[in-house]
Amino acid sequence: MNAFLAIVRRDLLLAARRKSEVFTALFFFMIVVSLFPLGIGPESATLRRIAPGVLWVAALLAAMLSLNRLFAADHQDGTLEQMSLSPTPLALLVSGKVLAHWLTAGLPLVLLAPVLGLQFDLSPRSLGVLMISLLLGTPVLSLVGAIGAALTLGVRGGGVLLSLLVLPLYIPALIFGAGAVEADLAGLGAGGHLSLLGALLALGVFFAPWAATAALRIALE
Amino acid sequence: MLRAHGLACDRGDRRLFSAVDLCVSPGEWLQVEGANGAGKTSLLRILAGLAPAADGLIEWEGRPVAEVRDDYHARLLYLGHAPAIKEDLSALENLQTAAAVAGRPLDEGTAMAALRRIGLKGREDLPARVLSQGQKRRVALARLLCSQARLWILDEPFVALDVAAVAQLCSILDDHLSRGGMLIFTSHQAVQLAGTGASLRLGTPAAPREATA
Repeated sequence: MNAFLAIVRRDLLLAARRKSEVFTALFFFMIVVSLFPLGIGPESATLRRIAPGVLWVAALLAAMLSLNRLFAADHQDGTLEQMSLSPTPLALLVSGKVLAHWLTAGLPLVLLAPVLGLQFDLSPRSLGVLMISLLLGTPVLSLVGAIGAALTLGVRGGGVLLSLLVLPLYIPALIFGAGAVEADLAGLGAGGHLSLLGALLALGVFFAPWAATAALRIALE
Repeated sequence: MLRAHGLACDRGDRRLFSAVDLCVSPGEWLQVEGANGAGKTSLLRILAGLAPAADGLIEWEGRPVAEVRDDYHARLLYLGHAPAIKEDLSALENLQTAAAVAGRPLDEGTAMAALRRIGLKGREDLPARVLSQGQKRRVALARLLCSQARLWILDEPFVALDVAAVAQLCSILDDHLSRGGMLIFTSHQAVQLAGTGASLRLGTPAAPREATA
């Protein structure tokens, strides 16, 4: 457990010393979301209609920006070797890295989303549902992304390959996440969608670190 | 005791080395020598369990390493070519993180003392990116001072060190050996260490193997 906390602490420290990487993803999210109301015009009915999809797709893309650096730096400077030689299981250390990635790349999106949602004339209740859906969904993005990042480790042109690999795997999270907000807008209640997102998260927490670890071991050989 | 029989390593379709036997008992050291490209680093990575051997068996305390992997890794300290130093972290943070990952968390006082002993006094809080190559190496070597591992596997530990640091590293290695530790390292220079030692020379890289139909 000590090693797990040490990894989380180290990755957060690194993120704090390289703030530009965190802010790049955040500004990307802000700008992409803001482009839609500017491009489509101030018709509140249309904006409400597209809001869940736009916010979720932008969140997917923003969460992906920092993925290819998730393991690459550790691989290059030898830290990954040391992690795999640790008496603590590598899967647990990988979970630590994923948690740190979510705290720096996922959580800020969750906190920023309601502000951006105001541009789309969403009601306070829908903004709440949006936040909950992102709160459940963005960890799934980090977890699934970690598998992709581990699989493309050391591959030339890994960045583009990573997007091609990971984006299709994000589809379930996108459908249920955006679906939750849409259902709420239609007055149907978002409970079902959110439960499914929660189930995805539970599955991801359980299986993704193992899958990523297996891929990392291959990359290390 | 670490013992290996008939180790072989392939790189692509080239056999780097084959039929390597070695045995290191407590208090003994083994220096792996060989030309560039002879497979020294590959051998160390195989011994550390980072890469699979193409052939052969490695035994730790009489049992195959594959069976006692966790126990083996808990007693092993491996320092590879890449020093595992984060440029944006200070020397102190680097050392403390590395120790925690290796399963032996260090409090700040012990870590500071180790960094001072290794010659980084006054530089403990500087980010590693402003340190020189040799100083970065010293941050990595500070892990040796705090390690309780029985077996040390060090890849080119003397690279980039000045004369004083080489002497200090030798005395650290001597201490380790006199406590009954085991040591396997690669180096191009002749090194005099206490205790019984042997050297293993890996052959020149063989020609590509004939394709077998």
